[in-house]
Amino acid sequence: MKTDIILSGVGGQGILSIAATIGTAALQDGLNMKQSEVHGMSQRGGDVSSNMRVSDKPIASDLISKGKADVILSVEPMEALRFVSYLKPDGWLITNSKPFKNIPNYPDIEGIYDEIRKIKNHIIVDADSIAKELKSLRSSNIVMLGAASPFIDMNFESFKNALRAIFGKKGEDIVAKNILALEKGREFTMSKINK
Amino acid sequence: MDKLLLLGDEAIAQAAIDSGLSGAYAYPGTPSTEITEYVQKNKIAKERNIHSEWSANEKTAMESALGMSYAGKRTMVCMKHVGLNVAADAFMNSAITGVNGGLIIVVADDPSMHSSQNEQDSRYFGDFAMVPIFEPSNQQEAYDMVYEAFDFSEKFNVPVLFRITTRLAHSRAGIVLKKLKDENKNSFPGDLRQFVLLPSIAKKNYRILIGNQARLEEASEYSAFNKYIRGDDKSIGIIASGIAYNYLIENFEDGKVPHPVIKISQYPLPSDMIRKLYNECETILILEEGYPFIEYKLTGVLGDKKVKGRLTGDLPRDGELNPNHVAVALGLEKPIEEKQAEILAPRPPALCPGCGHTDVFLALNEVMKEYGPGKVFSDIGCYTLSALKPLESINTCVDMGASITMAKGASDAGLKHAVAFIGDSTFTHSGMTGLLDCVYENTAITVIISDNDTTGMTGGQDSHAEHRLHQICKGLGVEEDHIRSFIPLRKNHEEALKIIREEIEYEGVSVIIPHRECVRTLERKHKTNVKVGKMK
Repeated sequence: MKTDIILSGVGGQGILSIAATIGTAALQDGLNMKQSEVHGMSQRGGDVSSNMRVSDKPIASDLISKGKADVILSVEPMEALRFVSYLKPDGWLITNSKPFKNIPNYPDIEGIYDEIRKIKNHIIVDADSIAKELKSLRSSNIVMLGAASPFIDMNFESFKNALRAIFGKKGEDIVAKNILALEKGREFTMSKINK
Repeated sequence: MDKLLLLGDEAIAQAAIDSGLSGAYAYPGTPSTEITEYVQKNKIAKERNIHSEWSANEKTAMESALGMSYAGKRTMVCMKHVGLNVAADAFMNSAITGVNGGLIIVVADDPSMHSSQNEQDSRYFGDFAMVPIFEPSNQQEAYDMVYEAFDFSEKFNVPVLFRITTRLAHSRAGIVLKKLKDENKNSFPGDLRQFVLLPSIAKKNYRILIGNQARLEEASEYSAFNKYIRGDDKSIGIIASGIAYNYLIENFEDGKVPHPVIKISQYPLPSDMIRKLYNECETILILEEGYPFIEYKLTGVLGDKKVKGRLTGDLPRDGELNPNHVAVALGLEKPIEEKQAEILAPRPPALCPGCGHTDVFLALNEVMKEYGPGKVFSDIGCYTLSALKPLESINTCVDMGASITMAKGASDAGLKHAVAFIGDSTFTHSGMTGLLDCVYENTAITVIISDNDTTGMTGGQDSHAEHRLHQICKGLGVEEDHIRSFIPLRKNHEEALKIIREEIEYEGVSVIIPHRECVRTLERKHKTNVKVGKMK
C-alpha cells in the first residue's frame, strides 16, 4: 500500500495535529512514513502545507511530486485549490467548506467552490458545523481526517488508537469527542460516495 | 524494532544525547531551532544536566561549545546557515585549534529561502575551514551520522560540520535508536597550548590540519555513508549528495537505479570513487541540494562537457530540488507546470492579530508621514513582515543587528531623522555593539527596540533581554532622558506619537522601548498554566 497526502490550510488551523494522528497510526501499524512540514515565517497566518507519505515499502523522498498525490486534505477551501497541481488525475480532494478570511482580497467563495467542483473526485465538508453539533468546535480538523479516511489506505481503527495516544493525557472526554468527530467525518464521506 | 517518530532536527538531538553529549549551544533560527528545543525537553538530558540554554548569538554559542570541547566533553552547536556567518570567526579558527572533546557544528541550510534572506550553502564553509562535512540523506542517517560524528571528531582532532537542509530538518520519520553512551569525563587537551593561536602555534596547527586532509579523504572513501552503487547503463553516471539522493531513488520502482550511482554524505569528496565513475560513464549528472558545489569542484573554470548539473542548466540553478527536477534531468519526465486557478489569492504571512509590534508601527507610520518616506531601517524578526501590506513601514532588512548600524551609516551620510526598528532578542544578539558605535559618536538616530519578551519568529524562545533593555542601553551610554518607553496598545496611541516625535526631533542617540509580551507566548503560558497549575 501507499498513500501520498498533501495537507493544506492556514497557519494555526491544526493541520499538524492531523499529520500527527496519521503518523502515529502508521508507526503503530508498522508502516513507513515521512511527513514534511512548514515552520518559521509562513506560520504567521500564511498558507501552510504538509506532505504526508505512508507506505509498506521504504519511502525515499520527503516531498510528493506534482501530479502524484493520492489525496489533498484541506482544512480551508481556497488553500485546497493552491495544491491542485499535485493531485493525480484520479486522486481525491477533500476540503472543509468554511473559508478562513484573514486577507482583504479573499475571493468570492462560490467561485472557489466552482473551481473545486471542476475536480473529478472532490468532497466538500462543512466540518465546522459537524464539529459544532458535537459541541467540539476544536475537533473540526479531526472531522476532516475522518472525511478523508476512506481514501487513505490504512486501518480505520488505527486512527482511533492514534487519537487515544495523542489526546490521552487530556482526558477521556477529549478522546471520546475526537473519536466521534473522526467517525462523523467518515460517515459524511461514505454517504456521499455511496449515493 | 521500536521506532520513534522524530523530525530530522529531533533525530539529531536524540543521537547527540545517545552518544554522550554534555552540552548543546545555539541561537534559534529556522530550520535549526527544534534541535536545541528537543534537548531542552529531553528526560535523559535533564537527568544528566546536559547544557541546553540558548546563547545570545551564534558566535557566543560556537565559542562556548569550543570551551566545552577544551574541557574534554562532547558538545554540539546548532544554527541556521546565516548563523554560521555570525559564528564564522570562531568556526574558522576551531579548525586550527582542533578539539579535545568531540565537537559538531550543525548548520541547517534553507534552499528556496522558506524563512531566510539567502540560500548560502554551508558546504563551502566546511571546505573553506578544511574540516570534514557530514551531509545525511534522511532522518535515520542523520541519527546514525551524529552518533558516529563525535568519535570521528575526537579521532581526527577536528570539528565536524554537520550540514542539513530544510526538508530533512522539518520532516518526520520513524527512527531506530542506538545504545545510550556515557558522557566523557573532564580532561585537559594533551598540549595546554593547543588552543593558543599565537602565530607560531597556529602555523604548526595549520600544517597539521593540512597534513590531515589525506586521512580525511581516505575516511570518505571508506565511509559507510558514501556508497558506489553499481549499474549496467553507463550512458550516465550519477553523483547524488545529501537529500538529493532521495529524489533520485524516488524516481525508480523499488529504488533500483539502472545507472552507476555515487551517494555522497561525507566530505572531503572521495576522489578515487569519483574518478572511477568518471572513467566508467559517458556523462556524469550531479544532483545536489544547494549550490553547485560538487559540480564546480569537478569542472572548475575550464568546464567539462561530460559533467551536467545546476551549472549547465540540466537542473535549476537556484531553489530546492524535488523528484520531478531529477526526473527531467534524467529524461524520464517532462517539467510539470504550476497550474493555479485564477481565482486563487496569495496568503502571505502576517503579524498576528493583537501583536504589539503592529501598535508601534501604526504610531511610527503616522509620525513618519511628517518626515518623509525611506527612513526606517529594520531587522530580522516577525516585525520584518511590516514591509508588506497593510503596514508597509520599513525600508531595510539585511542581517541580525543591521537596523541600527545601517541607520547610523545613513545618518552619517546626511540622512536626517533615521530610525532603526529592532526586536529585543535581535538587539541582544547583535544590536548592542552597533548602539555603542552610535553613542561613541553621538549619532542623530532613533532606535526603537520593540520588546515582546521573546524570540517570536522562531516560536517563542526566551530572550536574553529579560527586562534589562533599559539598563543595557543606559550602560552603553545612552542618556537617561532619551531612553523612553510605552506600552503598545491602541489606547496609548497618542502617548506613542508624542514620544516618537520628540525623540526623532532630538539630534543625538535616543532609544524607545515599547514593551508588551508577544500574544503567542502569552497564550502558550496560559495553556501551560492550566495544565501544570502555575506560571513561571
